[in-house]
Amino acid sequence: MSDLTHLTIAAALDGLAAKKFSARELGEAHLGAMAKHKKLNAYITETPETALQQADASDKRRAAGKAGALDGIPLGIKDLFCTEGVLTTAGSHILDGFKPTYESTVTRNLFNAGAVMLGKLNLDEFAMGSSNKTSYYGSVVNPWKRTGDNTDLVPGGSSGGSAAAVAARIAMGATGTDTGGSIRQPAALTGTVGIKPTYGRCSRWGIVAFASSLDQAGPIARSVEDCAIMLGAMAGHDPKDSTSVEMAVPDFRRALTGDIRGLRIGIPREYRVNGMSAEIDALWAQGAEWLKVQGAELKEISLPHTKYALPTYYIIAPAEASSNLARYDGVRFGLRVPGNSLDEMYELTRAAGFGKEVKRRILIGTYVLSAGYYDAYYLQAQRVRALILKDFTEAFKDVDVILTPSTPSAAFGFHENEDDPVQMYLNDVFTVTVNLAGLPGISVPAGLDAKGLPLGLQLIGRAFDEETLLRTAGVLERCADFTALPAGV
Amino acid sequence: MNDTAMVNDKNLIEGKTGMWEVVLGLEVHAQIISNSKLFSGAATNFGAEPNTQVSLVDAAFPGMLPVINEKCVEQAVKTGLGLNAQINLRSVFDRKNYFYADLPAGYQISQYLDPIVGKGTIILDLPGGEHRAVGITRLHLEQDAGKSLHDQHPSKTYVDLNRAGVALMEIVSEPDMRCSDEAAAYLKKLRSILRYLGTCDGNMDEGSMRCDVNVSVRRPGDALGTRCEIKNVNSIRYVAAAIEHEARRQIEILEEGGSIRQETRLWDPGKGVTRSMRSKEEAHDYRYFPDPDLLPLNLDPKWVESLKAGLPELPDAKRQRFIKEFGLSDYDAGVLVAERESAAFYEAAAKGRDAKLTANWITSELFGKLNAAGKDVTESPVSAEAIGELIGLISDNTISGRIAKDVFAEMFETGRAAGEIVEAKGLRQVLDTGAIDAEIDKIMAANADKVAEYRGGKDKLLGFFVGQVMKAMGGKANPAMLNERLKAKLAG
Repeated sequence: MSDLTHLTIAAALDGLAAKKFSARELGEAHLGAMAKHKKLNAYITETPETALQQADASDKRRAAGKAGALDGIPLGIKDLFCTEGVLTTAGSHILDGFKPTYESTVTRNLFNAGAVMLGKLNLDEFAMGSSNKTSYYGSVVNPWKRTGDNTDLVPGGSSGGSAAAVAARIAMGATGTDTGGSIRQPAALTGTVGIKPTYGRCSRWGIVAFASSLDQAGPIARSVEDCAIMLGAMAGHDPKDSTSVEMAVPDFRRALTGDIRGLRIGIPREYRVNGMSAEIDALWAQGAEWLKVQGAELKEISLPHTKYALPTYYIIAPAEASSNLARYDGVRFGLRVPGNSLDEMYELTRAAGFGKEVKRRILIGTYVLSAGYYDAYYLQAQRVRALILKDFTEAFKDVDVILTPSTPSAAFGFHENEDDPVQMYLNDVFTVTVNLAGLPGISVPAGLDAKGLPLGLQLIGRAFDEETLLRTAGVLERCADFTALPAGV
Repeated sequence: MNDTAMVNDKNLIEGKTGMWEVVLGLEVHAQIISNSKLFSGAATNFGAEPNTQVSLVDAAFPGMLPVINEKCVEQAVKTGLGLNAQINLRSVFDRKNYFYADLPAGYQISQYLDPIVGKGTIILDLPGGEHRAVGITRLHLEQDAGKSLHDQHPSKTYVDLNRAGVALMEIVSEPDMRCSDEAAAYLKKLRSILRYLGTCDGNMDEGSMRCDVNVSVRRPGDALGTRCEIKNVNSIRYVAAAIEHEARRQIEILEEGGSIRQETRLWDPGKGVTRSMRSKEEAHDYRYFPDPDLLPLNLDPKWVESLKAGLPELPDAKRQRFIKEFGLSDYDAGVLVAERESAAFYEAAAKGRDAKLTANWITSELFGKLNAAGKDVTESPVSAEAIGELIGLISDNTISGRIAKDVFAEMFETGRAAGEIVEAKGLRQVLDTGAIDAEIDKIMAANADKVAEYRGGKDKLLGFFVGQVMKAMGGKANPAMLNERLKAKLAG
């Protein structure tokens, strides 16, 4: 019964509770769908045996009246999360054969809530990319196609496997990570919902690090409510991550009251960028209008340092990455290419193990941290980062939530944006500010463009106020009433 | 910098073209005493089997994160307080990036711009009873690296990560020292303070205290010369030797018209020379930046105050007190307080006894015998209380100081108590003037000729009579009484 794969998590939990179907049936339905959608290349590793074992265990728990918040829900796990005994690749050749002996805190939390793992989802190598083209395991294909055009499109990145799997109904929900937009951008390009919570909300322990001060885990799912359910299970203080915040996790699902009367919505004038399509502009205005009709108050706001966000991000993120990725040296795990000396072994291993984009970012990061350049680049970027945060702090004195487009365009073809990496980096223009400021942001599918491709709107909230953010997103979702399905799903 | 410091002529080294002054600064890596590592829960025991004390964090597995060990922070703050240094309530951990097989993450977590401890002072106790202050520049926390073992296989290097991530304090001095004696005194004093505080065991042979020496030379009164850093000097004796060699090497180069290249040099204890390791041009660019996995370290001033209040009495204060309270000489007090254990031993022994006499006995007799036996004071076969008893027997005239030495030798040998030995061997000294007079009379009668000579002015013979009577009395006559009675009788 393939209908099972079309259920939301909330509906599936109800169905399981009402004994309309078992976790095993739910799992099997998804495993079946996965087999049909191999061409999407969404999964790097499929774990059907684990999935069915977990599903059976879930059925037993439920029968014993001990079901958790996500009991029996089949999820895909971005292959950046270390999973005990299961190959973890970060989309990179350099982690060849790496099976962690430990489970990341976020996946541990999900499994403790009863979730079932379908497999490990493809991603841009080390989460560096906006197209999923940089994975060593090949690109993920977006299940969406332009109307009347069979060109394969990118699913966005870096959580492209996660977004594609959720859109293609081969996972009910998926974990993602978001360093500069890696949850929200692919969610927007695949018609799914993705939330990056406040920095510190989810533990980073056991997630392969890209840029430590920006990385944050979050869910991608098919509804705001599903994201709320998943985030509730993923989040929480972890003493093993010094940057995780000691704060109770609210009941996010209960925050979805559907009532935003009196809420002040900020529309940042600096997000009206050159080259943005009229369609996106119109969708943004439509989104604002929907919220207004629901009783919210619209306010134009200014985030004056927005134009510096992208360059700032592309200094800080590679700087941290250049250091975080130094541990992939062929000495203790993963790929090793032997050499005649230690230095040669390093050089050969890293030359073979890292792809072009990862190397580019390591070079950028090494450069900006070098003696003589540190002040001009890294230090300056940190100063601008503080100003960007200040922009938001000021803005949130007058508004409760900020509404922006998620991306400057819909999904693009594999050979578009190819020659100029800077053009590719522009995909993150609306999302990076949120990471730099450590704020929560969510992308909600809001409509289709003229070619039939999904477009998303982004909402940005105050730090640790995911409740207001989700409440607003829920209303936006209801107004947009996005029901379109990718062809063939 | 201490350019204006008075040049002390006795520290100068004579070259072929005149006198040179050596300028020294020391960087000490002191391993913190803690049960677990700076950022992981792995154990820190010395001498464990290779790679048995390694957590996933230490081995830098993907996704692993550091979490600061509060005990290590406490130890660093205590040490800072013990060095009369400024405690920085906000400090930052930075990454020092470089590739090496025994550095699993490819970076060392250290503190660069904002160390936990700032400027402080350490008082050197120099030979000859002189004291001199040396500035501490800073103390920061950092991780140790692992160990590369190059001698286990003909073509391979083995890596032992037991030490990787162990907490170190890097303690940097100002370039305030001017001779190897001062450098040695600095290390001894620093080690003494660390041991008093219980923050580092100071064992250089186990590598828990390691020293890099910055050496430069200049003409007296000139600006500082170019320095070389000498690494891997792992005993105080080697520090002195390395400095002597390096200063001579630099003087020779300069006197031949050459110039010193700023570089890192390695001390080769086998050959007794320093040799070039890497020059400044090849020096790493460490690309320091704040570690995004760790928040800045913020200390509560109340907590720092409570640590300060709980500090033990440190060697300088103890020395002053011993001088004041017990009337000891600066030198004796210095010897006794060098180790916390010997100071405690002394105080226990001196309780209710003649304090100066106790100090003499401990610094000369006890330490002499312990040294000869290769033991330290904690392993002394004679307890503090037992020495106290012996001092008591001397003070109340039960035995003479001379007899006491024999008694002490037996105490050290057998562990028996002083009183017991004195009684068993009948070593009580004779205080009965009648008995002493009787012996004197006998000796005088037997040596009438000598008596006559003495009375004729040859008063050197007093010693002969003292010896004869003592011998006859088995050494037990009270020496003062014997002298007095003998003089009286010989005078006629």
